[in-house]
Amino acid sequence: MVYKAVVIGTSTGGMAALGEVLHALPRNFPLPILIVQHISSRSDGFIVRYLNELSAIRVKEADEKEQIEAGCAYISPPNYHMMLDQDSCIALSVDSKVSYARPSIDVLFETAADVLREGLIGVILTGANSDGSKGIAAIKKRGGIAIVQDPATAEAEAMPGYAIKAAQVDYVLSLKNIGAKLIEIVGV
Amino acid sequence: MKQDFNEISLQNEDIEIMLLLEAIFIKYGYDFRGYSQAHIKRRILRRKELLGLSSVLEMISRVLDDRSFFDTLMMDFSINVTEMFRDPGFYKQFRSEVVPILRTYPYLRIWHAGCSSGEEVYSMAILLKEENLYEKAQIYATDFNEDVLENAKEGILSIDALKEYTYNYQLSGGLSSFSDYYIAKYDSAIIEPSLKKKIIFADHNLVTDGVFGEMHVVLCRNVMIYFGKALQSKVTGLFYDSLCNGGFLCLGTKESLKFTEYEKYFECFSEEYKIYRKKFKA
Repeated sequence: MVYKAVVIGTSTGGMAALGEVLHALPRNFPLPILIVQHISSRSDGFIVRYLNELSAIRVKEADEKEQIEAGCAYISPPNYHMMLDQDSCIALSVDSKVSYARPSIDVLFETAADVLREGLIGVILTGANSDGSKGIAAIKKRGGIAIVQDPATAEAEAMPGYAIKAAQVDYVLSLKNIGAKLIEIVGV
Repeated sequence: MKQDFNEISLQNEDIEIMLLLEAIFIKYGYDFRGYSQAHIKRRILRRKELLGLSSVLEMISRVLDDRSFFDTLMMDFSINVTEMFRDPGFYKQFRSEVVPILRTYPYLRIWHAGCSSGEEVYSMAILLKEENLYEKAQIYATDFNEDVLENAKEGILSIDALKEYTYNYQLSGGLSSFSDYYIAKYDSAIIEPSLKKKIIFADHNLVTDGVFGEMHVVLCRNVMIYFGKALQSKVTGLFYDSLCNGGFLCLGTKESLKFTEYEKYFECFSEEYKIYRKKFKA
């Protein structure tokens, strides 16, 4: 298969939206999924436990230098940027905030696009700022696939709106159709 | 057709980055070749963009001809985001679990490797003072970036961050008031001078320099996350060789020895806060 990984970025309203997307994926989903959810720097990992409970795939907080594997979703730890390194390992960073955010969606999407090129699928869900739009543009520039939640169905429409403006995205879908589209693309 | 063109130009960029790092190493002796590629590439491309250059190749001739441009890149490559009592839970754990063991030693040697602008060194100095260990301690604070080291020596804190630091200090189990430890002046605050008494600031490069005395504690938090795996293992070996038996290695809370060959030589003392203890030889 040409696809190597999925990256997902979201902010306001993201926990429920991620829940719906991940819940739709089967245990044998054949790609790793890397997720940036904007979150308080003092957050205690509740979101990881919550999403792991309701998903068939495994959901965990990303570890530094961890090799990404199919059927597992990796969530960026609070207060760290998450990058994908050349050897497909996760690299964390405490570098300055990007677009007022750490973790930043752009940082994950841009580094992953650089490594996986046309093998990357990027997804932008609900959110109230413009983080992720540069990342979506980077994915499209390298021939990957971009999926954006339909702003009309998003709890906060700004983030999907900016992403749609930033690049010629492939799909604009309601939340409940995003999981199904991912399955269709990777052909589980 | 356009796709192919992109493919070629992007690969060239990676080659140019390797050449740039090689040029820096040969000319200035600073070795960034083992750093995490994602990290170093992001930094280089951002600088390229800021300068409006069309390729990394242009950066190579510039860095060879211009020492001040090298200084700029060096600043780019070192991350100097730090806080007083960053990860308060770590200091709390250190205070309650490590300090009782440190009390049993007649003197203490502590090494902060990659100390950046010094906030975490001063945090440790405060903790040791409150636990009555400061007078028998010698703290070595090192960094490869001399400009940053100068800032660390001065001990100037940002006024804007004081509120956050005070909160961190309280969460870390501080026994006093954080305001006892700095002197506020106009738009900045300076660390209480007595906290500097037992700290030696020194230039040391983890990548190219060697073992640094026999330590009871080595702290290197959120430094090795910028290294590639091979370099990470090498530097962990350097820490192993610099610790006494039973000495403590403290990493950042998201770091671990899990992916290095040195895992078996350390006991995991705190899984949550990534405190490791060098095993006693059998």
